[in-house]
Amino acid sequence: MGVNIKELENTARNCRKNIVQMIHKAGAGHPGGSLSAIDLIVGLYGTDFRFDVNNPNWSDRDRFIMSKGHASPAVYSMLFELGLLDQNDIDTFRQLGSTCQGHVDMKWTDGVDFSAGSLGMGLSFGIGCALAARMDQSQRKIWVMIGDGETQEGQIWEAAMAADHHKIGNLNIIVDRNRIQNDDFMDVQMEIGNIGNKFSSFGWAVKEINGHDMHEVVSAINWASDNNTEPCAIIAHTVKGKGVSFMENNPSFHGKAPDDNELAIAMEELS
Amino acid sequence: MSAPSTGGASRDGYGNALLRLADDKRVVVLEADLGKSTKSCLFRDDHPERTVSLGIAEQNMMLVAAGMASSGKVPFASTFAIFTERAFEQIRNGIARPGLVVHICGSHGGIHTGTDGSSAQSIEDLGIYRTIPNLTVMHPCDDLSSEELTMQLLNHCNASYTRTARNKVPRTYDNDSVKSLKIGQGSVIRKGNDVAIIACGIMVNEASIAASNLAEDGINATVVDMHTIKPLDGDLINKLSENIECFVTAEDHSVIGGLGGAVSEHLAKNCPSPLEMVGVNDRFGESGETKDLMLHIGINSVSIENAVRKVLKRK
Repeated sequence: MGVNIKELENTARNCRKNIVQMIHKAGAGHPGGSLSAIDLIVGLYGTDFRFDVNNPNWSDRDRFIMSKGHASPAVYSMLFELGLLDQNDIDTFRQLGSTCQGHVDMKWTDGVDFSAGSLGMGLSFGIGCALAARMDQSQRKIWVMIGDGETQEGQIWEAAMAADHHKIGNLNIIVDRNRIQNDDFMDVQMEIGNIGNKFSSFGWAVKEINGHDMHEVVSAINWASDNNTEPCAIIAHTVKGKGVSFMENNPSFHGKAPDDNELAIAMEELS
Repeated sequence: MSAPSTGGASRDGYGNALLRLADDKRVVVLEADLGKSTKSCLFRDDHPERTVSLGIAEQNMMLVAAGMASSGKVPFASTFAIFTERAFEQIRNGIARPGLVVHICGSHGGIHTGTDGSSAQSIEDLGIYRTIPNLTVMHPCDDLSSEELTMQLLNHCNASYTRTARNKVPRTYDNDSVKSLKIGQGSVIRKGNDVAIIACGIMVNEASIAASNLAEDGINATVVDMHTIKPLDGDLINKLSENIECFVTAEDHSVIGGLGGAVSEHLAKNCPSPLEMVGVNDRFGESGETKDLMLHIGINSVSIENAVRKVLKRK
């Protein structure tokens, strides 16, 4: 199908504004990893991801499992663009009773397929969804997004091994390779090295891309979508905080809300 | 002799139930290398297409099960009780928190497992799982009750953790009496008005032996198989307390947090009564033949009799 790259880039820009605004309003949240991931999420929903906005619980929908659940504003901003969330939903992010919980939660939000928040679990969950789809002889595809810091969790590699062992071709992973985790840069905390080589050695097909080039994002998603014989890993090289100058590549904005002045600067830069 | 040659092990009942549940095509079985021990191998042999081997990787298994549950399957995931604990947070955050109905079975629970030693003897599983919302916690006493309760999980609305035991014990139930069991309802298997012994798992048989011995001394005990630790059958305890003034709990588990903990919480809040707890007294187990180990740790029929005599003096 034809994909309008310009349109996707515009959507991503709108999402970035909402990400920054909702975190500012909440006074808490994770802007860095949301801004690094958003082009990938917009790219995924902009291709042939199968879902129905009028029936978000459609059992045969594709699944998007956001394992790095702290980047919830990225997911909420996308669901807002799709019409699954309204302004009040995203305005009440992190507040008592809000549809938009601090970390994405399938119990609270239509359109969210996984309850995340504890890193390392989403790929395993995706395997379960993918095996169920195969047992049902369904064509549905399962997409999992993890952060690069998340690969420090051993469960990721338990799952990587299982996906190869069971030849799970309807499962794809997108790794948001922004090189920063909670406390500092990964090469200070625990460098993982060449993630693509590691997935490759576990039997996965691997593609490395610039995660902010929408042409490359869409092309990689189509590549993974077309490969139904083995699990595919897209290693997306990204910039933490992408789009807001003072957040870019800055570990201190992993989990910090912008203040009023910072919000004004960010909105100016994103307009 | 570590266990009688007649009777049944609760892990066998679990395996038999999986086979019977296979008629429902939603049922899938997940293994972490120990299917021959947990008895999920019975399902695997007949239904390999619905059995998923995850290798020695319990954390992954729990979330794979959660993903399958989110996609309309009814997963039964099993390993040793002690190794389920390795995935405690996965069970908490990945299964119970989103309300995904996964049925977990931990076999070889308690010191009854015997000669493998303390690393294999889970004595805290019932306690830790009891703290998780949306999780039913069970520990059946023999093969027939394990089979019956596992069958009922097919239509159970919550995720569950069931502890089974490795070794055979004399049966508490027969093919007819077992049909009266219901998840969440304690089963009164003997009536007496002097004391109520509330037991679970392999300690139900020990409680029955103790009650018979006590009867010879004129002490009449009620014995309850409290196979469901959560939700605890508080109504039954309330009813017993109308006529019985003191209680003893008996479990192959730490005295902290398990059945004894659950019953004491209920009694303290609803019908305060003297209580003695028979269980593993805040220590780890060790290697030994089951019968020797039960004597050494202090969880056999004699321990229960002593606890009864002690609690009667506290009335």
